[in-house]
Amino acid sequence: MSIVFYILATLTIAGALAAVLLKNTVHCALALTVAFAGLAMLFLELDAQFAGLAQILVYIGAVAILVVFAILLTKGSETPKDGVFSRTWLAGLAIAAAVFAVLGWAVIQTANLLPNSAPTPTVTVQQIGQALVGRYVLPLEIVAVLLTAAMIGAVIIAMHEKDGAPK
Amino acid sequence: MVEKLDQIFVLLQHWLVGYLPAGLQPLGGVVLGVVTIVLLFPALFALTTVFERKGLARIQNRLGPNRVGPFGLLQPIADGIKSLTKEDIVPLSADAAVHFLAPVVLVVTVFMGFAVIPMGRNMVLVDIDAGLLFYFAMGASAELSVFMAGWSSRNKYSLMGAMRAVAQMISYEVVLLLSSVTVVMMTGSLSLTKIIEAQNHYSWGLPHWFIFTPWGLAGFVMYAIAATAETNRSPFDLPEGESELVAGYHTEYSGFKFALFFLGEYLAMFSISGLGTTLFLGGWSAPLASLQWVPSWIWFFSKLMMSIFVFIWMRGTLPRLRQDQLMNFAWKFILPMCMLNLMVAALWHFMGGSWLRWVLCSAILIVAYAGMGFGGLRKKQIGPRRYRYAE
Repeated sequence: MSIVFYILATLTIAGALAAVLLKNTVHCALALTVAFAGLAMLFLELDAQFAGLAQILVYIGAVAILVVFAILLTKGSETPKDGVFSRTWLAGLAIAAAVFAVLGWAVIQTANLLPNSAPTPTVTVQQIGQALVGRYVLPLEIVAVLLTAAMIGAVIIAMHEKDGAPK
Repeated sequence: MVEKLDQIFVLLQHWLVGYLPAGLQPLGGVVLGVVTIVLLFPALFALTTVFERKGLARIQNRLGPNRVGPFGLLQPIADGIKSLTKEDIVPLSADAAVHFLAPVVLVVTVFMGFAVIPMGRNMVLVDIDAGLLFYFAMGASAELSVFMAGWSSRNKYSLMGAMRAVAQMISYEVVLLLSSVTVVMMTGSLSLTKIIEAQNHYSWGLPHWFIFTPWGLAGFVMYAIAATAETNRSPFDLPEGESELVAGYHTEYSGFKFALFFLGEYLAMFSISGLGTTLFLGGWSAPLASLQWVPSWIWFFSKLMMSIFVFIWMRGTLPRLRQDQLMNFAWKFILPMCMLNLMVAALWHFMGGSWLRWVLCSAILIVAYAGMGFGGLRKKQIGPRRYRYAE
């Protein structure tokens, strides 16, 4: 583990914590962006260029923007002064910890199964592309259909509201 | 001699780095490259502001700046001193931290984009495999800074400007990416140096630039439109339309922070022109085989300045679009054309070297363009617009 990893890990965790703990919703969204950026840089540090850059392009360029749009377009983007903390935060914390424990356990178990001396594979963007339209074409198409359905649904909801509006 | 002149900056870098101890040499080389970029492009920005003001003045039958220095050439220095000494006003209700961070994020991400653009033979700061993807990732991050600026100002004009800017940038980013993807399909690589290599050969003394193919020309035109929209330049300058929104998302910025926004806008223009040059205009390669003795960096920067000139020309010529026109144009006209262009590029690739592909690909694109253009126009009622006012 290099020093770069520790810096990036601290940045990511700090961003994620801030996203949960800050009171203003837009601040939370911006803090979440920091976490996304830290994650992207972790990918880059692991030499996974495509994953890292796609993470920036999709999560910072699109998801974060959509999140802030959604916050601004919905009512009540002005948060109350006493914060937005739910009363059942203890239960939430317990569930989050349980999920984290299961994931962590799974990751640690897999690390033992794999031989340590396996050479790091060099994956080019071309290989990723060929895998996407070759072996994994079915999941890709399913995701495409799902996204199209979501988009059509969103348009229908938006149009419905427009029809019912008083003239 | 010609070789030396072509590589003069590379040799200069090696010579300067040679003075450092061996362990520090890679770091020294990178730092030197970064410093050069950080100094060169703001200098070019200063030059361009004079060029733009003079050019616009010429178009509008005025004189333009002519007081500071010969022909007003020292005007940017006066402007710089002015913006440095001006008071930096932060509105009382503004979100101070985000308000401060927005221009910083903008300038940093825009500068990062220059890292992968080859500015001459062997003159690229980091030559990574996914260079194009890196560029677009950085461009996407710049959008967030515009939102941060508009939201943190707590001003309705700022917020509306930011919302317009973000909606516009997201719409046209799709076009920007899809029109660039054709080039990636043809070269089979995301590396910008490889993309230039693929264009850097000649037949009958003429270059193999992608703009000289049917799909390349269509792609270039769409790229240029998307690039203009992406940099918020006129006729797509709705986010800062001064007759509607004061100054859009940077209304509440003054002093040097405003100067940073101004700088960021021009730097984005340079880098997006540089990328367009790289993708479609052959990057640093010479326009004629007989002109290859001219240093490669001269070609890159002349192509860059040519595109800047076109940007200024368009700003002086075209009126601003309406918001609905902007969105309709992006989603209903350019996006389908982009999709079609992807198919045409694939067709071009699989038809091999026959002359038939020139006819077929051009015909498909022209028919689609004319059909969509006329079809779209027929539905529109062109004439004096009727306004309905609220009672």
